[in-house]
Amino acid sequence: MSNKRKILNKKQINIIIKRLCHELIENHNDFSDTVIVSLLPRGKHVARRIVNRLEQILEYKINYGELDISFYRDDLRRHSEPIIPHKMEMNVSVDEKHVVIIDDVLYTGRSVRSAIDALMPFGRPKSIELLVFVDRRLSRHLPIQPDYVGKIVDSIDSEKVVVNITNDGDDNILILKS
Amino acid sequence: MDHLSVNHLLGIKYLNKKDIDIIFNTADNFKKIINQPIKKVPSLRDVTIANLFFENSTRTKLSFEIAEKRLSADIINFASAASSVKKGESLLDTVNNILAMKVDIVVMRHPNPGASIFLSRNINASIINAGDGTHEHPTQALLDAYSIRERFGQVASKKVVIIGDILHSRVALSNIFCLKMLGAKVAVCGPLTLIPKYLDDLGVSYFSDLKEALNWCDIANVLRIQLERQDVQLFPSLREYTNVYGINSTILESLTKEITIMHPGPINRGVELTSEVADSHHSLILDQVENGVAIRMAVLYLLSNKSNE
Repeated sequence: MSNKRKILNKKQINIIIKRLCHELIENHNDFSDTVIVSLLPRGKHVARRIVNRLEQILEYKINYGELDISFYRDDLRRHSEPIIPHKMEMNVSVDEKHVVIIDDVLYTGRSVRSAIDALMPFGRPKSIELLVFVDRRLSRHLPIQPDYVGKIVDSIDSEKVVVNITNDGDDNILILKS
Repeated sequence: MDHLSVNHLLGIKYLNKKDIDIIFNTADNFKKIINQPIKKVPSLRDVTIANLFFENSTRTKLSFEIAEKRLSADIINFASAASSVKKGESLLDTVNNILAMKVDIVVMRHPNPGASIFLSRNINASIINAGDGTHEHPTQALLDAYSIRERFGQVASKKVVIIGDILHSRVALSNIFCLKMLGAKVAVCGPLTLIPKYLDDLGVSYFSDLKEALNWCDIANVLRIQLERQDVQLFPSLREYTNVYGINSTILESLTKEITIMHPGPINRGVELTSEVADSHHSLILDQVENGVAIRMAVLYLLSNKSNE
């Protein structure tokens, strides 16, 4: 039997996004040397929301790309079927830029490891930071920590954290128990 | 999530439309990768691929090799001319010996139709058919259709005429299956002696007149005359073939519209195409070669897990 627990509602999510934007501005000033890169498929919804918000606040365009990490994953041939890649939109160079990687949930840290590899063909970044909406701490397999966190969640392995943030609709964050 | 319905790529006949969509969408990603400064991904770093070429090939072999290297696979190459096949070893023995060296994927070209199908039933690795006699050449058809999709946005409803030696051509058969599956209208054109008997069953129309065919089509896929597959002479001379079915700029200029020219290579310049046409803006030939690498990377990537099963 599965049951759901809502941990954040739409209003709380909006407040967190606003807070994350201001934290980013605090560290990246005018974003002229910064590129925001979201991880496909699920990081893009959070990232688009943040980028839109930043552009509203700053009133100009921000360098933004969407990165597919399928080919760089370490579990590629451990599934019975290959991982089908997602349509990538990386029309930005990260060479000599400060990169902020955005994903929805940080769990084992393996996706972030792959993302760092996947970024390298687009140039040598000056630095890479990590922003995640939900940090499932206590479940890391690799020494990876986020620089910006929306919400810290303590959950056990059998639970699933789902971030429902889309373009329009009822945003929420759920913990699913199986 | 969507996955390929097959464990081997033996022919287009065994695929469905969804498979082709998955291959094309995956190839889109690889096309971006091969245009980056760093053209390599680590996806197949623990995969070993054997390229078995029992028949001569230049571009298909190179294209597969580059695709495999871009995916970081380990590769071994085999050409029958310099092997024990010459000493009388059977296909199954040759391949089983190679598989005993722990190979995950076999890319094979063979002069006998159905050789890759035979192999897929007898050995435990994913087989990719890189051309089996006069039967199929699936990756060529995929890259041709992919190039059409790239140039025109879609394959459906496009009119494609395949010109030349349809009877001996695996490219023609695979192309017909692939284009029909994607909703294109397909016709063939060439001397009647080079047209197979059961054309109607494939749902393909026939033009005997080159100009009429070119006026009908959006894309002309021009094939090479395969003299090496002809046991008997099926047309009087190459010169006569060129006079009747060769494409030159005069005939292209006399058409009512602009058409796109494709050719699977190698081109016999001055026979089926003049140099002027082959190098003109009408030609998609070099796009085809580039897309060939992306398509082959996609196929290898998508089949790489299947060899575990």
